[in-house]
Amino acid sequence: MQIDDLINHTSEWLKGTGPNSDIVISSRIRLARNLNKIPFPHWASKAQLDELIDKTSLAMSKVALLKHATLFKLANLDSIDKQFLVERHLMSIEHTQKTEQKAVLFNEEENIAVMVNEEDHLRIQLLQSGFNLFEAWEIINTIDDALAKFLDYAFLPDFGFLTACPTNTGTGMRGSVMLHLPALVMSRQIERVLAAISKLSFTTRGLYGEGTQASGNFFQISNQVSLGHSENEIIENINGLIRQIIEQETQAREIMLSKSKDVLEDRINRALGILKSARIITSQETVELLSMVRLGSDLGMIKDIDRRTINELFITTQPAHLQKLENKKLSAQERDLKRAELIRKKLNLL
Amino acid sequence: MLCDICAKNAATVHLTEIIDEKMNELHLCEECARDKSAAMESQFGLSDLLAGMVDFQKPFSKEEEPVMVKCPACGLSYADFKKVGRLGCAECYNIFRKYLAPLLKRIHGSNQHIGKRPMSCPGKIKSPVPKIDKPRACLQELKEQLQNAITQEAFEEAARLRDQIKEMEAKASKHKES
Repeated sequence: MQIDDLINHTSEWLKGTGPNSDIVISSRIRLARNLNKIPFPHWASKAQLDELIDKTSLAMSKVALLKHATLFKLANLDSIDKQFLVERHLMSIEHTQKTEQKAVLFNEEENIAVMVNEEDHLRIQLLQSGFNLFEAWEIINTIDDALAKFLDYAFLPDFGFLTACPTNTGTGMRGSVMLHLPALVMSRQIERVLAAISKLSFTTRGLYGEGTQASGNFFQISNQVSLGHSENEIIENINGLIRQIIEQETQAREIMLSKSKDVLEDRINRALGILKSARIITSQETVELLSMVRLGSDLGMIKDIDRRTINELFITTQPAHLQKLENKKLSAQERDLKRAELIRKKLNLL
Repeated sequence: MLCDICAKNAATVHLTEIIDEKMNELHLCEECARDKSAAMESQFGLSDLLAGMVDFQKPFSKEEEPVMVKCPACGLSYADFKKVGRLGCAECYNIFRKYLAPLLKRIHGSNQHIGKRPMSCPGKIKSPVPKIDKPRACLQELKEQLQNAITQEAFEEAARLRDQIKEMEAKASKHKES
């Protein structure tokens, strides 16, 4: 598999299927794992980090679920490739910095990805379409057990899995759910919801995880606490919270439909109109308008555009994707032109 | 307008920096802006917040100040940890255990792992826990859980744990008598 092969391929998590996929875009679980006897990445020598890549890639090659996965050393990728993988949610923004001894491994479906030498030796992630944390946990747990047969994991019975940062110690697990909450945003209830979430020791982030702003009505909600609860309890807690938010968003949508259907229909169709005819468009505006179109599709107001097409556009209109499609470096202005062209083509063909 | 840093590309990002109450306007191209923001993030991030948390908890007297303690395996000192907010290696958790246990409790509300164990958990294979110690270890865990349940006002769970502890203590004393 080559990085270029991905451009015409849709990641598993973008399919728009799975439970509650009208509101939940994706569910993700990541595990932080380290090995004994090798310092954590920020404190290790280059030779030790190279050794770690060799050790872990050998172990990963023996795991059945990772058999068809490919490992890429980041030092061999250019800046567009790296950004491209971030946009596809295969690695973090942090992983694109100081890349000498870093690697990333993922499978063809792009639902399993492992970052090597990010903040921890291994960051294993599983990304599913829809509201599906338990299924994600089952798969990632199998991978983790298989890897533990070949790797000497850093673990203490009382502290659990040991991580570079004490905020991840214990299970080393973070579960996150990406939600699309346009009705809660439009009805100005979102602040109340977000405030409640932070009181319950969960965090809200934007589309690209740590350090990114929530935009275009998308919110990623994840657990903060990783120690003192079992993995199942952590997932159960997130699920309980997410179920409540889904209910609130559903109610807000129903109220909008019953009280101001005309206004809503107007906004949704204006958004579609702009996307179908704009000649220059920024990625920020694109995300905002696509969010409205997605709502229109979920409410049955737009019938000829399916969820998957909209989900794909969120990703393919990102800067590195546009440059990959054009196969050259583009300035911000050039990208705005190309982005508008791509969206017109996609939406008018249907 | 050209970028203030590289003076090659057109400036598309406009930034106002305030350093020591002096305002400074910067006009940057996209690439330099990205570098700049990465540099800014590394200046103030999670590590600062964590280091702050370490400072807040001061249960140690001057003589006990752990700053000079060094991990023999990787050479990271407690002062290094305070500065970067990250530990150096797995062994650090044993070396700094005394200071980390309260910190973990502050962060997570608990410092007792109850999640999965690796199947090859070395502690389990190399030094199997002697039988007589096991119930005590569990008892300790249960007591911690009870404390947690009480702080979180999960009273039903607390009552369940209390009964479990009573039962175990009763069993243990019977065991001793026999």
